[in-house]
Amino acid sequence: MKKVVKYVAFDILRNKIVIAYMVFLFLFSMGLFIIEEVPEKSLLSLLTLNLILIPLISIMFSTIYIYNSSEFIELLAAQPIQRKSLWLSFFIGLASALSLAFFIGCGIPVLLFSANSVGIIMIITGWILSVIFVSVSMFISVYIKDKTKGIGVSLLTWLYFTLLFDGVVLFVLFQLLEYPLEKLIIGLSVMNPIDLVRIISLLNMDVSALMGATSAIFKQSFAGNMGSLFSFGVLILWMILPLYLSVRKFDKKDL
Amino acid sequence: MGRVFTFKISLFLFFPFWILNGYATTIVVSPVNQQKVISNAFQQLKDGDTLIVKSGVYQEGAILLNKGLTIIGEGLPVIDGENKYENLLVEHDNVRIKGVVFKNSGSSSFTDIAALKIKNSKNIVVENCRFENNFFGIHTINSSNVSYLNNELISGMTKGKPSSNGIHCWKSKHLTLKNNTIKGHRDGIYFEFVTQSLIENNHSVGNKRYGLHFMFSHDNLYKKNEFRSNGAGVAVMYSKRVHMVNNLFAENWGNAAYGVLLKEIDDSKIENNVFHENTIAILSDGANRIQIFNNQFLKNGWALKVQASCSDVELNQNNFIGNTFDLATNGNLVMKSMDRNYWDKYEGYDLNKDGIGDVPYRPITFYSLIIERNPGTLMLFRSFFVKLMDKAESVFPSLTPENLKDTAPVMKKIKHLTNDSVFSNK
Amino acid sequence: MIQFSAINKQFDKFKVLNNIELTLQEGNIIALIGPNACGKTTLIKALLGMVIPDTGEIFFDGKSIKKDWKYRNNIGYMPQIGKYPENMTVGQVIGMVEDLRDAQLNKLDRELYDSYKLKDILHKRMGTLSGGTRQKVSAYLAFLFHPHVFILDEPTAGLDPLSAIILKEKILKEKEKGKIILITSHILSELDEIVNQIVYMEEGKIVFNKPIDQVKSDTGKTKLTEAIAQIMNIDKRV
Repeated sequence: MKKVVKYVAFDILRNKIVIAYMVFLFLFSMGLFIIEEVPEKSLLSLLTLNLILIPLISIMFSTIYIYNSSEFIELLAAQPIQRKSLWLSFFIGLASALSLAFFIGCGIPVLLFSANSVGIIMIITGWILSVIFVSVSMFISVYIKDKTKGIGVSLLTWLYFTLLFDGVVLFVLFQLLEYPLEKLIIGLSVMNPIDLVRIISLLNMDVSALMGATSAIFKQSFAGNMGSLFSFGVLILWMILPLYLSVRKFDKKDL
Repeated sequence: MGRVFTFKISLFLFFPFWILNGYATTIVVSPVNQQKVISNAFQQLKDGDTLIVKSGVYQEGAILLNKGLTIIGEGLPVIDGENKYENLLVEHDNVRIKGVVFKNSGSSSFTDIAALKIKNSKNIVVENCRFENNFFGIHTINSSNVSYLNNELISGMTKGKPSSNGIHCWKSKHLTLKNNTIKGHRDGIYFEFVTQSLIENNHSVGNKRYGLHFMFSHDNLYKKNEFRSNGAGVAVMYSKRVHMVNNLFAENWGNAAYGVLLKEIDDSKIENNVFHENTIAILSDGANRIQIFNNQFLKNGWALKVQASCSDVELNQNNFIGNTFDLATNGNLVMKSMDRNYWDKYEGYDLNKDGIGDVPYRPITFYSLIIERNPGTLMLFRSFFVKLMDKAESVFPSLTPENLKDTAPVMKKIKHLTNDSVFSNK
Repeated sequence: MIQFSAINKQFDKFKVLNNIELTLQEGNIIALIGPNACGKTTLIKALLGMVIPDTGEIFFDGKSIKKDWKYRNNIGYMPQIGKYPENMTVGQVIGMVEDLRDAQLNKLDRELYDSYKLKDILHKRMGTLSGGTRQKVSAYLAFLFHPHVFILDEPTAGLDPLSAIILKEKILKEKEKGKIILITSHILSELDEIVNQIVYMEEGKIVFNKPIDQVKSDTGKTKLTEAIAQIMNIDKRV
């Protein structure tokens, strides 16, 4: 299994798109920190970028990579390798390569300019987002046989989590304006890892942002000892669940 | 030389005068003297006499002072209320108290027990005193020409013991509050029916409810005060001609916390203040003819929430920097004027280089309207979706009020006129 | 010994394998033949664990391959169309497969490496190779680890005649060592000389499974091609 991970990870790290992603992140982050004097402001801008870019790159790159590797997967499947470890190796290879790209591209500038708890949380959540969307792409590409369709679904999934979901949330919140919304809001936040990461990051940043009764609910649910445990538990579930389902499917899939 | 000379003259002029009138008595109480009890000393003294209280703890239950005395504490003597009594009640004009520590007043849900109560009196000075662990610190009833100077009031350290207001003033006028520090009380400074007073350079920090709370108190000047980390900030209600200058309102965070809450305020000025990291810097409800001029709004959740119930609000030459929302309202708000402010979110241009942006700035965003109507939408704060909505709205305004705009936003930060001493004393 | 027991497999509504019963013994070269889409490749993939049967079990040396993967250590597989990561070089692919199978533990069979002159193309990317060259790489990898069973799917399809002969000689050599060699091919003339057992499939079923001599004597033909052609014709008439 280790060997397959090694081959996949090295193959990905040589990939031009991943290198471009890393370089872009690095230049953008460094630029933000150098231009803006207040690191907190840079972190906020970086958060906005990360929330869009990490899921996009992670899901699209992984999906395309998996489809393009169908030959590779077939070659390996005929070797004495367990199905599960084969699929997990691809996951680990993709996740670690994209995480590494994120660490170098975004983590190093953050550590250089803002090595505080906010920066650390930024790096951790960025890493978690990378892994989650690799996991989601594994799920998509194992269930959809057709490459074009699979890539389309991945793009839609990204669009859904980045934009459409929030639109639906807005709609729902206004439909149910008369009701107490605390639990609903927490429930909705948990349904979208991007929203959850955004809320966790903002809660930890000292922005004047989160205020009012709703912020108290968020703080109660997602900050503090129990809250952090809960929110990170949810994020870990987001990493594991799509992956788990995809492994189960791949184990029985005809290649 | 000259000073010594003047001093001698004054001695010559006044000292004999006191002797002649028989007013020159001075009594010293001390735990080691024969004279150990303050209230006994009070009985022996006449108006105009002086009592010197030496270092020590005096537990005499509730003490009443009904003579015009000067009380001077030496070595911080403590008048202890033993958590049962009102330490000292002053009910006479011309009293001066200096350097005394008032500790452990009683507390009650029915009566206003204070460490020091001034009632129906004139010409009172309380200075350099400390108030520790009391229910009310200083309570003022129906008095005038009262000065509280350089006092320190701290409460709320004992678990289970309720604390009420630090400096509480009711139905009084011509008060001067200067250089006091109030911590841990319910309201730091509380005014009700207090007029023509000066509140200057006080530090009201970490009080449980309001740092400053006043109602029906007209014609007062609040200057260079610091109101920091109070439970609900500062509440200003039902008053006219309030003048707030050079104050600092900071770190008032919470569900219903404000830098300043203006409720039913008329003809008032808020000038040169700094609002830093408050949930809402100024919430204005039912306020008329308010001038908000040259203030600094820094890193607040909302810099201004001006409800539609307000009229003739003027907002000029303020700095808005790093606030989440610069302005929010709940309906059809009309400002009397809004121009020459600096908004860090302004994205306009200045082609003729006169320092004023060529296109107006609209401080109300689409999202601020939405969150006003539905607080749950905070969940979407800083999301890509909200950014797109705001952008779309700014390009094609449809819901944001057309007339709420800074017609002449300035391009550079406005120089602020605050006296820096407000900040030096953190 | 390989044993297929009551194997069924359906893709959508199409029954690809229909109750397959088949036993393959050591020391035989078995030709798996039949018209296109008769289920040959699916049967091979089932043996490799790449296709999972709906029902039935496959036994490899008496052990079920269900949930097992180690048995693949004993299989050398040469796919019909060698699919390799396009941007890896020949050398990298070979190195990787050796690495994955812990090659240092085995003594490798490098005979085809020399006879196919793979050394000259080690630096070439897989994507640039012709079909025949890929087949050479596939063949090399299939024989590399001295497996117990060979599965060769259309082994000579893209090979030039000389390479095909080299491969045939290699196959015969392995047969002598008492191995099981399963070959699918539709170029029957190629198989004529080396095969000793015929398994004929049609529409997911095994029509017959006989030694080659019996096939020839049954049909009265001396050439395998003709014999099979006759069988297929009879089939159509019925």
